Order: sequence, then C-alpha cells, then structure tokens
Amino acid sequence: MSARRPYVRSMDGWWKRDPYFIRYMAREVTAVFVALYAVVLLFGVVRLSQGEAAFNGWLQYLKTPWMLVFHLIVLAVFCYHTWSWFNIMPKTMPIMFVGGKRVQPGTITGTGLAASVIACLAVLFIVGGMS
Amino acid sequence: MADNEKIIEIEVLRYRPEQDKEPVPQIYKVPFTDDMSVLQGLQYIKDFLDESVSFRWSCRMAICGSCGMMIDGKPKLSCKTFLREYYPGGLRVEALMHLPIERDLIVDATDFITKLESIKPYIIPKEERKLEQGEYLQTPQQRDMYEQFSSCINCMLCYAACPQYGLNPKFTGPGILALMHRYNADSRDGGQAERLGLGYADEGFWGCTAVGYCSEVCPKGVDPANAINQNKMNSAINYFTRFITPGGADK
Amino acid sequence: MKRSNEPIFWSLFGAGGMLAALIGPALVFITGIAVPFGLFFKPDTMSYAHMLAFSQNWAGKLVLLAVIALFLWHAAHRIHILLHDFGVHAVTAVRVLCYGGAFAGTVIAAYALLMIKA
Repeated sequence: MSARRPYVRSMDGWWKRDPYFIRYMAREVTAVFVALYAVVLLFGVVRLSQGEAAFNGWLQYLKTPWMLVFHLIVLAVFCYHTWSWFNIMPKTMPIMFVGGKRVQPGTITGTGLAASVIACLAVLFIVGGMS
Repeated sequence: MADNEKIIEIEVLRYRPEQDKEPVPQIYKVPFTDDMSVLQGLQYIKDFLDESVSFRWSCRMAICGSCGMMIDGKPKLSCKTFLREYYPGGLRVEALMHLPIERDLIVDATDFITKLESIKPYIIPKEERKLEQGEYLQTPQQRDMYEQFSSCINCMLCYAACPQYGLNPKFTGPGILALMHRYNADSRDGGQAERLGLGYADEGFWGCTAVGYCSEVCPKGVDPANAINQNKMNSAINYFTRFITPGGADK
Repeated sequence: MKRSNEPIFWSLFGAGGMLAALIGPALVFITGIAVPFGLFFKPDTMSYAHMLAFSQNWAGKLVLLAVIALFLWHAAHRIHILLHDFGVHAVTAVRVLCYGGAFAGTVIAAYALLMIKA
C-alpha cells in the first residue's frame, strides 16, 4: 500500500506562462497568414482560367481598402516569418566548420536574411523588367 | 539581529499527498545575504522555519543536476540562482513543470530514467576491438561533433521547458534525445542503427516542434534543440531513400 | 518503434517555408500593394494579357503552382501543430482538415492552370 499520489498539473494556457512561448506561438501563427495569402493567389489563378472578365473582377477586388489592409498585415507577417525562419535555422543545421573554425549560429541567420533580401530584390527587378 | 538584515519572501508550492488534495502555496520570510542561493534559502526554511519542506539537492555547485525547480515560473537550478535577484519583490518556487509532483519540490523522475536507459547511452563499437589495438584516436573536430551534447547533467530543466513533453509524455524529450545524438555523433560509435529506430519515430525527433526553450534553460549549454533538429534532415533523407540504399528499409 | 511519416509533411513544410522566407515579402508587396495601387510598377503588370501569357508557358505554370501549393503545405503542417499546441485533441480530424485542405488547394490550382491553354 503506497502513500504516493503524484500530482499532474494542467497544460491549459501553457503558452501564456512565458514570453518565450508567446513568441513561439507568434511564429507558428504566421502560417495562418501564409495560407490566407496562398488562397488569394489561388482565387487569382482560378479566375485567370475563367477568362478576362473573371480575372478583371479579381484585380478589382485587390483594389478594395480591405484587401489593402489585409496585404499590409500579411506583408508584416511575412517579414516576421522570414526573420523567425532564419532565426531558428541554426538549430536545424549540423555542426559545421569553415577553415577549421566552427560556424556560429549568427552567421547562418545573417546569411539567410541576406539571401532573402537579395532574392526579394531579384523578384522585384524581374517583375519590373517584365512589365 | 544583524545590521542591514534583509528579509525576502519565498512562496513555496507545497504538496503533501497524505494531507493535501492539491498543491497549495505557502509563504516563508527568509533573512538573506547577497551571496545566498535559492537552495540556501530553502535550507534555511527547512532548518529554522518548517522542517517538513522537501526538496532534492546534493553538490550545491551546478553539476549534480538534483536541485532543478521552477523559480518565478522559469526552470532553474536552485543552487545556481541567487535570492538577491528577486529582492525585494520575493519569489515563487514550484516543482519542475511537466513532471508529476511527488511531494513539495520533488518530481517523479521515473519516466526520464526509463527513457534514459532505452536509448543505449554508451559507445557501441563499430567492430570488435582488441586491447592491443590501443586507444581510439579522435581529431578535435571529431570531438566537437559531440562534446557539447556530453555535458548533460540530467537535471531535467529542459523537460520542464518543453511544452511538447508537457502535452505528450510519450515524447522522448530534449535531454535524452540530445544524449542519443551524443553517441550517434561520436566517431567511436557504430550503434546508430540500433538507436535511430526510436529516433526516427513520432516519439523521437519528430515529436519536437523547435520551440527551442530547452536550449535556453539548459545550465550546461548542451543545446538539445540543435541535437534533435539537425537529425530531422537525416531522418527525412533516410525516409525517402531507404528503399534504394542497401540495408535502408525497415525490417 | 514505428517509423514516423512526418518527413513527408515536414519536407513540404520546409520547402514552402524557405520559399516564403526568401521571396514571400516581395510577392506580397507586388501582388497586394504595389501593382493594385500603381506604385513603382506599370499598372498593367498583372493585366489579364500579361498573366495569361505568363501562365500559358509551362515555366509560368510551374512557378504559380509551386508558390500556391508550397505555401499551402507549409501552412497546413504548421497549423496542424498549432492546433495540437492549443490542446485540440481530435488528431485525425485536424490532419484531414489541414492536409486535406492543402491537397484540395493544390489540385484546384493545378486544374485551373491546366485549363489555361496556349
């Protein structure tokens, strides 16, 4: 007969217990906005396949104030996604050496963010050149 | 009464299964000096205020891993945390999160110990080795691949930090997966296949969602988040190529 | 112990997340802010004629499909984990909702793009 009665604590609201967890949730919630943006693009592609009138309807919809607000929010969220993505990336990499020295996490994050800036500029120039 | 004696309030989450239905906070007023750790504060409580308060401790120098607890909501070693940091507001101490409370600040570590044994935490040689062959030789770079992961003192702060372990105790957890990686990454070891059956399961590396708090709280800089997440790529590559590599498919 | 099937979804999550991290902000800026409101780019950048021409060739179709599908699969995996983190216990229902949604979106996008004939 044991006098032991281990007490298991609830996990309800665990993510509110520490700012670290709130930042983690913020990072994960970016996915909702990635999905919403993809759905907007999906609508665009579907309307494109339905002909000029349908596609112009979609273009008009993009010009509404609500869609502008939506895209401004989505832009901010995508920037946070980029930031948080390259911030966690060092944790997903094996230990690496360059010239005998251990590659630091900050180097990986910095390289990723730089790559993102370059890639975004490239997209902007390509689209600018195409139009 | 000493000159300038400071008193700090330590709120301890008590739990005595024989008399408490659930944990209940109790406040103690503890005189302290700037060099006193939280552990010393608890020892003062036990010695002079309330002998029934129960807590684990041993080395009092952050190497045995016994004194882990939640201090103001963060997993810390009580011997390495100082009362002066919480003055004058006071502090709350509670048993490590995500583990069942046995009594007061003592948690039930059975799950951790069982899992520790299950990952074969020892060098499994690649082939039979004779004494005449002498010692293994390792370059500094080879040692770097696993050294930080060998610093674990089994304090379980990472388990208290890990919400995935809290949500699903079947998850092997940060510290033990880091230890698994410590052996897999050691150039002397040949036991990867035996350990990765667990590693590549949902309860292994894939139970981790890269919260990263485990590495934040680790008092020894083990970085279990890195130990686990660097294996996801290997696991994925292995998953997709296993039918075309010799011996890759599961039996 | 049973091998996890997470690698499938994690790989898609990783590809979509990397794509979003690298070019997401530029895409959102172009399609949602700059072009509709006539900033920096010619107002007809995304006109029907231009977008039709872009999507009539296979490279264009691939780009559009990749962006839409990978963003959806990235989001599906993360939202699936998010719901688990919030304590939603209906595991199978959540998986069907999330991955099923991404799958549906991928199929719809592919079908729409295939409908656009040269």
